[in-house]
Amino acid sequence: MQATPAETGAFDLDAAWRLHPQVSVRPERFGALLYHFGTRRLSFLKSPALLTVVKSLDTQPTARAACAEAGIGAAELPAYAGALATLAASQMICGRTAA
Amino acid sequence: MTSTTAPLVEQFRFGLAAPICLTWELTYACNLSCVHCLSSSGRRDPGELSTAECKRVIDELERMQVFYVNIGGGEPTVRPDFWELVDYATAHHVGVKFSTNGLRITTEVAAKLAGSDYIDVQISLDGATAEVNDAVRGRGSFNMAMRAMQNLAAAGFAGFKISVVMTRHNVSQLDAFKAIADSFGAQLRITRLRPSGRGADVWDELHPTAGQQRELYDWLVAHGENVLTGDSFFHLAGYGQELPGLNMCGAGRVVCLIDPVGDVYACPFAIHDAFLAGNVRGQGGFAEVWRNSELFADLRRPQSGGACTSCSAFDACQGGCMAAKFFTGLPLDGPDPECVRGFGEAALAAANAGAAPRPAGDHSHRVGPRPGQPSRARQPVPVSIGSRPGHPPVSAGLVAAPASMAAAGPGADRRSVPDRACDQSPLAGFTPSAGLDPPTALTQQAGR
Repeated sequence: MQATPAETGAFDLDAAWRLHPQVSVRPERFGALLYHFGTRRLSFLKSPALLTVVKSLDTQPTARAACAEAGIGAAELPAYAGALATLAASQMICGRTAA
Repeated sequence: MTSTTAPLVEQFRFGLAAPICLTWELTYACNLSCVHCLSSSGRRDPGELSTAECKRVIDELERMQVFYVNIGGGEPTVRPDFWELVDYATAHHVGVKFSTNGLRITTEVAAKLAGSDYIDVQISLDGATAEVNDAVRGRGSFNMAMRAMQNLAAAGFAGFKISVVMTRHNVSQLDAFKAIADSFGAQLRITRLRPSGRGADVWDELHPTAGQQRELYDWLVAHGENVLTGDSFFHLAGYGQELPGLNMCGAGRVVCLIDPVGDVYACPFAIHDAFLAGNVRGQGGFAEVWRNSELFADLRRPQSGGACTSCSAFDACQGGCMAAKFFTGLPLDGPDPECVRGFGEAALAAANAGAAPRPAGDHSHRVGPRPGQPSRARQPVPVSIGSRPGHPPVSAGLVAAPASMAAAGPGADRRSVPDRACDQSPLAGFTPSAGLDPPTALTQQAGR
């Protein structure tokens, strides 16, 4: 797993990402709950748009494309990259080549 | 994407699509007779949910995406179909954390448990010494729990939980409990003694003194990051600092209880008709109760702080625990009996102790009521929860948005992490994952 990007806030928006296969997503009014059965950790997505991004990671060529598809503007992109970095650090999402 | 969402705690007050923290007591049968048992367990109820009915509940939990359940009892492992139900749940993507006194945690069982990512175990222990533990849980129970923990540790089960109810006799043992947990590579979880079930009979003698509450608070401030508390101690936030954990009452909002006969209550400490939302055997099953019961709808509306609203600590403690007030005969919109400002003692003195509602069922082993305690009394009790017209919605602003909110992007909320919702066996805990969220994060992390 790639823990280091989160520490710096950096995130490779141009890589292909996916939801970790052991993670379940439950939509909620405020966004969503994510639960990782392997680490037994919960994450809260605090925006419905972030949920849209996370759900489309699998089918979009890059995280940047997933954000664009979800209507995330340039000004908001850094915040979303930061959120994705956090999710990557906690193994909620992973690189598509990794398991 | 424009809106800045409220802190999660605020969101949680309005309820979730499904509970985060669902406690399911599988049976009232128990090999022990702990004096403070919150469900008055002992004898099996003949109306207990059947294996098939339990599986239907699990199917429903899977559909609702309840990621895991906290199974308790009674002693859940005495159900002959216990392991079958655990296997069924995990095969249907419902993780299981179960509470046990250790009875069935043999070396073989420990090995099986250690091999599953979907199972977590919580061993109950109420004294760091046999003397203190057995006085509450019964002779031999300390050794039984220690043997179970040795078996789990030997099997390589890392991070199982040791669950302690804090009493007048064990607050001074907090360091010793932590040492026991560390020695097994386990995690300590402490919860509040509630006057629920048989706990109502012993609460006066066993609940921590005011001085001990302060000791507990100071200990949690110093050590709380690595100790699970659920929403047990949010009433202690009145001392000044929010403790790690869920600083709100989750009842009916993020937490609820399914009892052995399928009754759904607002929380594990509120087994009484006043907090009964429905039954999983009803039309629409559990989902219907969670989504549409009148009681839960009421709990999800802004609550009245009543006499507490003008107190400077109210934003922190929110008036404390509903169940603790209810079973000590205090009004729900007044101070907690263990109010850190001392208002609870005054309220208790003014209340008619004999009029306190009795817990609903009693499955205790003993026959006949205790002297002076009509054990099966189900008196109608006036209960008012929720706001009344004309009352301002007091929950708005109950929890100050953390400083990071101001500068944060949409919906970030770093500090008031509802890391560990709930209690009893419940959501038992989210553990905060330190340092993960940059201030701009749109996410919030928690483990259980």
